[in-house]
Amino acid sequence: MRRWGFLLRRLGFYAAAAAAAVVLNFLLPRLMPGDPSSAIVEELQRVSGQQVPPETLESIRAIFGDPDQNLGEQFVGYLGQLARFDLGVSVVNFPVPVSELVLQALPWTLLLVGSTTVLAFVLGTGLGVVAGWKAGSRLDSVLTPLTAFLSSVPYFWVALLALWVFGFVLGWFPLSGGYDANLAEGFNLPFLGSVLHYGALPAATIVFSAFGGWLLGMRNMTVTTVREDYVLLAQAKGLSRGRVILRYAARNAMLPSFTGFAMALGGVIGGALLTETVFSYPGIGYLLFESLNKRDYPMMQGVFLIVTLATLLANLLADSLYVVLDPRIREQG
Amino acid sequence: MSTQTAHDTRPAARAASGDVLHVTGLTVEYGTDGDPVRACTDVTFTLRRGEILGVAGESGSGKSTLITALTRLQRPPAATTAGSIVFHPRDGGPAVDLVTASPRTLRALRWTSLSIVLQSAMDALNPVMRLGAQFADVLRTHDRTLDRKAAWARAAELLTTVGISGDRVRSYPHELSGGMRQRAGIALALACGPELVVMDEPTTAVDVVMQRQILAQVLRLRRTLGFAVVFVTHDLSLLLELADRIAIMYAGRIVELGTAQELYDAPRHPYTRGLRDSFPPLRAPLWRLTGIPGTPPDLRRPPSGCPFHPRCPQRFAGCDTHLPVLGEAGGAHLVACRLDDGDAAATGTERTTDGGDR
Amino acid sequence: MRTSLLQGWKVRTGLGVIGFFVLLALAGPWLTASVPGLDPRANDLTAIGLPPSAEHWLGTTQFGQDVLAQTIEGARGSLFVGFLSAVIGTALAILVGLPAGYFGGRTDAWLNFLSNLFIVMPVLPLILIVAGYMQGTGLWVIALIIGFFGWSGGARTIRAQAMSVSNRDFVLAMRTLGEPHRRLLFHEVLPHLTGWIAAMFLQGVIGGVMAEAGLAFLGISDSGAISWGTMIQAAQQQSAVLRGMWWWFVPPGLCIALVATAATLVNFGVDELANPKLRTVRQRTRRPRGSEAR
Repeated sequence: MRRWGFLLRRLGFYAAAAAAAVVLNFLLPRLMPGDPSSAIVEELQRVSGQQVPPETLESIRAIFGDPDQNLGEQFVGYLGQLARFDLGVSVVNFPVPVSELVLQALPWTLLLVGSTTVLAFVLGTGLGVVAGWKAGSRLDSVLTPLTAFLSSVPYFWVALLALWVFGFVLGWFPLSGGYDANLAEGFNLPFLGSVLHYGALPAATIVFSAFGGWLLGMRNMTVTTVREDYVLLAQAKGLSRGRVILRYAARNAMLPSFTGFAMALGGVIGGALLTETVFSYPGIGYLLFESLNKRDYPMMQGVFLIVTLATLLANLLADSLYVVLDPRIREQG
Repeated sequence: MSTQTAHDTRPAARAASGDVLHVTGLTVEYGTDGDPVRACTDVTFTLRRGEILGVAGESGSGKSTLITALTRLQRPPAATTAGSIVFHPRDGGPAVDLVTASPRTLRALRWTSLSIVLQSAMDALNPVMRLGAQFADVLRTHDRTLDRKAAWARAAELLTTVGISGDRVRSYPHELSGGMRQRAGIALALACGPELVVMDEPTTAVDVVMQRQILAQVLRLRRTLGFAVVFVTHDLSLLLELADRIAIMYAGRIVELGTAQELYDAPRHPYTRGLRDSFPPLRAPLWRLTGIPGTPPDLRRPPSGCPFHPRCPQRFAGCDTHLPVLGEAGGAHLVACRLDDGDAAATGTERTTDGGDR
Repeated sequence: MRTSLLQGWKVRTGLGVIGFFVLLALAGPWLTASVPGLDPRANDLTAIGLPPSAEHWLGTTQFGQDVLAQTIEGARGSLFVGFLSAVIGTALAILVGLPAGYFGGRTDAWLNFLSNLFIVMPVLPLILIVAGYMQGTGLWVIALIIGFFGWSGGARTIRAQAMSVSNRDFVLAMRTLGEPHRRLLFHEVLPHLTGWIAAMFLQGVIGGVMAEAGLAFLGISDSGAISWGTMIQAAQQQSAVLRGMWWWFVPPGLCIALVATAATLVNFGVDELANPKLRTVRQRTRRPRGSEAR
């Protein structure tokens, strides 16, 4: 089966990419000027006002470089650390391990970025089909330049505007956070309601900034696909309009969107992380922002590793879906 | 494979009675409101039940425009601006003008009465749907009682009629050879038992051997199923074998219309003669091949008078001012040329100076 | 080709807007120095957080700085980073994409793996980490980092185009004749890619402006430099939203959006030129008979 071969090759590629991400994460602090690991230890001592315990010292050295070991030994030690999911301790939130903080923040980001990415894709692709099918119509001539503008607006700026208009001026939504801190966390209705209420504005701004890109891509693909002979033949067959659009035109036009997913995903995730910052949303992006501002290197490294691996996983999912959607699979570039 | 010639099948076609299509004064224009380009002008012909009508012409002669107009698959900026295409159903139902029919009426007619085979089956089949699904959706659209399983079984049956193994319904188009795809396209066109199949150069994308096989299959299926065909191609020699009657198009107009035999033995329009003499005959003694000098006219600025006159070896005074109309000139053999207008016929070539103006 | 490109309103509008901002960036220092009250760094303690007025057209910041002056100065910072990072990114994209497409085979396999790697990596967090280690960096370094990590998409395009040009008969023939690879690459193949490279460069500028804004927003920037990104960051840090000082963060974001939209418009125009199918037909006012096939 050729499609299994394709999937295996992609799997191989993503495994290599994940390995590269790990190596990068290992090398970065060691390539940087100065000695991050002693800087971190000093910082820890300053923050906690006591001597750093030996096991913490060891863990920091494994991640940020150990002057007493060569690179090979260090790398082995580093892999061992990762295998135990030990990403060091946070400087700012000493002595909470980074892995714990990351795991706390991850569900929030997955919920926000995951749902909005899918929503933006569905919305943009759907509207793109309509605009492309009626290319040259009034709808198309208004919608297309408008989305060109929307997709050019920086995410965090849209977030600021939304926060100002809907949070500050109109007061419809809370100004920061991911849930009402006065409520007990858990699966109870008031809490889940507050999660929705707090998440609505960040989610809306991400969808708002992201769907334009999908719309433009899908619109142009639909314009091209509509002229294909198989769409003409589908019309000649007397099929209903909906069937011609969905099963013949849109079904084929959406394939490049899936291959473009990898190209776009990095940007979407980056933008979403910035959005979290504007809303002080308790996700990975906000964590990254805080660690950057407070020079919390262990946290930066940990967040980067997790974000990279999550992105690779999302790409692998998109590729698997592509295999299902296109029977003519072939290696893309 | 059948090796009989097209001529042998003609009596069978003639036996069918009545006409299936009346095309009258069909005019199709492209383009902007300011200066539209006429790609088809005043096209008039009748298609008999079960007949194969060949339409031949160079590229840019309006053949493709005629196809999309006949099947009403044209898209802006193309638009039918005049004329009618009246379809007469086999069951004696009311005649329908395809030009003005509502989308609903049209959709009901599509494929059950009027189907199409496109030039390249590779492009005409949906690359992401199995062959069977592409048959099943049209079968079930036009017969609501058919269930999925029966539709797929019918698809397999249809494939076998064109010599493709029935288990190929599970294949995707890219898994078939070029010839197979083209035959699948023909089987698809016949799925709902149409009365009229429009074929747009269905054999240009395949090799000569496959071309012969496909044409033989078309003839055989036509004999058993009795559908009429409008077969459009640039290859006149192919039509001479296949078609019952042939229409020659030039610059968007039909310039000659007659039986294949008449056009082969005694072409009356200088353009038809040029076209005949530029292809090697398939089953006749060879003659010297000659091309037609010049190029087809630019339809944005059509020549005055007869559109062929700048290239015509037999033009005479007045050809550049008078537009000849497709007129009766002995039997059903029609020609639009002033050489054929009564006394001008015999001595056309000499009459370059003394004028044919009336 | 050039004349027909300039005929489209999209390309003309796009280039016009970009040209305006480039002029603004170039003339910025002269403008802010010669017009009184337009010094981006002057802190006027008598005018703190004022809304737009005749005196300060775009209002003032919490530090008493003129927003208009800052926006003009910010154009310089933002576009500087945009152009420098685009130069670096484009150069890298050519360096990786060109040999990959031209040589094919093993060279291609490795180079293509490298660019695919950078395509699937989330580049912004990567840039953040690197920039995070280089604390207190100037605009130069930020442009370098952005360019260094932002070449992969372009390399992919260059590779595909180089591959198609390299397989044309004239290149193959010259290769067979033993023409040196370097000459072929830079004198025969590269000139055919000019259009693609120009479009890529434009995208690179926009990507650079956006990335700089993102980085500055997260606090990674030269504290003394003024760019549209640092303006938004300062506004965010001073809680401009909570104080209702919209005039502080609206102008710089709007400028970014305008420049990026302009680039998108230019790319639209170029796309339509390269792919005639995308050109839309204006609908006829007179309803034609029998043309509602769609």
